[in-house]
Amino acid sequence: MSSKPMDQVTWQEIEVGAVLTEPGSARAYNTGDWRSMHPVWDKKRCIRCGICWTVCPEAGISEEPDGYFDMNTYCKGCGICVKECVTGCISMVPEEE
Amino acid sequence: MSHRAGMEVSIAVSHAVQMSRAEAIAAYPITPQTHIVEHLSSMVANGELDAEFVNVESEHSAMSTCIGMSATGARTYTATSAQGLALMNEILFITSALRLPIVMTVANRALSGPLSIWNDHGDIMAARDIGWIQVFVENGQEAFDHSVMAFKIAENHQVLLPTIINLDGFILSHVVEAMEFPEQELVDKFLPPYQPRFSLDPKKPVTMGAFAMPEVYTEVKKGHQVALTAAYDHILKVWKEWGDLTGRHYQPVEKYKADGARILLLTMGCLSEVAEVAVDEMREAGLEVGLLKLRMWRPFPFADLRKAVDGAELLIVCDRALSLGGAAPPVLAEVRSALFTEPNRPKTASFIIGLGGRDVAPEAFKSIVAQAQAEAKAGPTEEYHIFGVRG
Repeated sequence: MSSKPMDQVTWQEIEVGAVLTEPGSARAYNTGDWRSMHPVWDKKRCIRCGICWTVCPEAGISEEPDGYFDMNTYCKGCGICVKECVTGCISMVPEEE
Repeated sequence: MSHRAGMEVSIAVSHAVQMSRAEAIAAYPITPQTHIVEHLSSMVANGELDAEFVNVESEHSAMSTCIGMSATGARTYTATSAQGLALMNEILFITSALRLPIVMTVANRALSGPLSIWNDHGDIMAARDIGWIQVFVENGQEAFDHSVMAFKIAENHQVLLPTIINLDGFILSHVVEAMEFPEQELVDKFLPPYQPRFSLDPKKPVTMGAFAMPEVYTEVKKGHQVALTAAYDHILKVWKEWGDLTGRHYQPVEKYKADGARILLLTMGCLSEVAEVAVDEMREAGLEVGLLKLRMWRPFPFADLRKAVDGAELLIVCDRALSLGGAAPPVLAEVRSALFTEPNRPKTASFIIGLGGRDVAPEAFKSIVAQAQAEAKAGPTEEYHIFGVRG
């Protein structure tokens, strides 16, 4: 498939059988669009253990240069990180906040 | 030089697959397809066919395995019937969407229930919209020829669509007929090794069967629809090439004494030969009746059909399947759609015949024509008739 945004691809531009010839097509799709809630980290209580990063099923959490963690554009807002955080430093807030 | 031999049609189909040098077969035996895959299994075991034969636990697995094997670039074949076709239904749509040129024989059989192992077209009509190329054959020679041609059609890079050859269970699959078998050399020349457009190869990785978001699903389906419609020209090209090599030419809608006929019967599969006998007898009795044999079912040959009925007053469509609760049986529904916009279309009459192995003799077609003629004048008593039903 072409490198165009997905909603601009014409039927003629799709490979036979919708085969993808380049890897990493999922990277171009920001699944974060789906979420209605997202996690927020309280850095005062975060011990930078990385459990949130480990348990995220969608690689939706990235390590920041300072060693703390934050969500990225693939976070769907499932809240597993909130449940698993050992210090309870993550909370879910509505997407509009 | 070809040679002529008498053979059970199922065995002839397995020889066609062997001569086509199929490389991968996954199948589950089901009556009345069994002889085809049993024989292929023996050929592989005896070293007469250099192919992988994968025994599977169901037809769902058979088609899934075929997808995997075809995706590696192997020429892939399978066969099934009735309940088996129904069980692989989910995978049939995936096969065609992946555009894998798998060839499958469907030995047509009535769907349960009630349980029946005998012939009608209910199985394939329930799988009408799976996005495969679909043809019907009338006799053993056609079954052989179309099995070979199917690989060439399916594997064309402008086509890349799986293909079904429908042959009537038992009344065709299990009869012994005289057939012409070409030399291996001719088949090899006609059908070169399969060159996949894409294959699963670690040296050149691709993703097959990826998820499609609402933003692109419609575009993928449009591409499939265009490909299946456009396959028509390629199918005809392959049929012509085979015809030039063997002298056996095929058309999407075959005609038998149809030119100038006022009344036309339309049949599919091996009932056409029975209908020919009836047409001969009715012609002798002075009735201007002819026969159309619908060979190509998908893509549906709209233009050929319109041309074939031109000038006829009455078209009698014989279906071997029901569309329960629907507007019309499956073939009639297509035929009416094809003719709806024609200013001088013939009247249509609809008869469902030969369900679940009910025998159809030439006399049946004579009764059908007589009834249809009467109703063309007086108006039909029913939207469609289930011919010969008691009560």
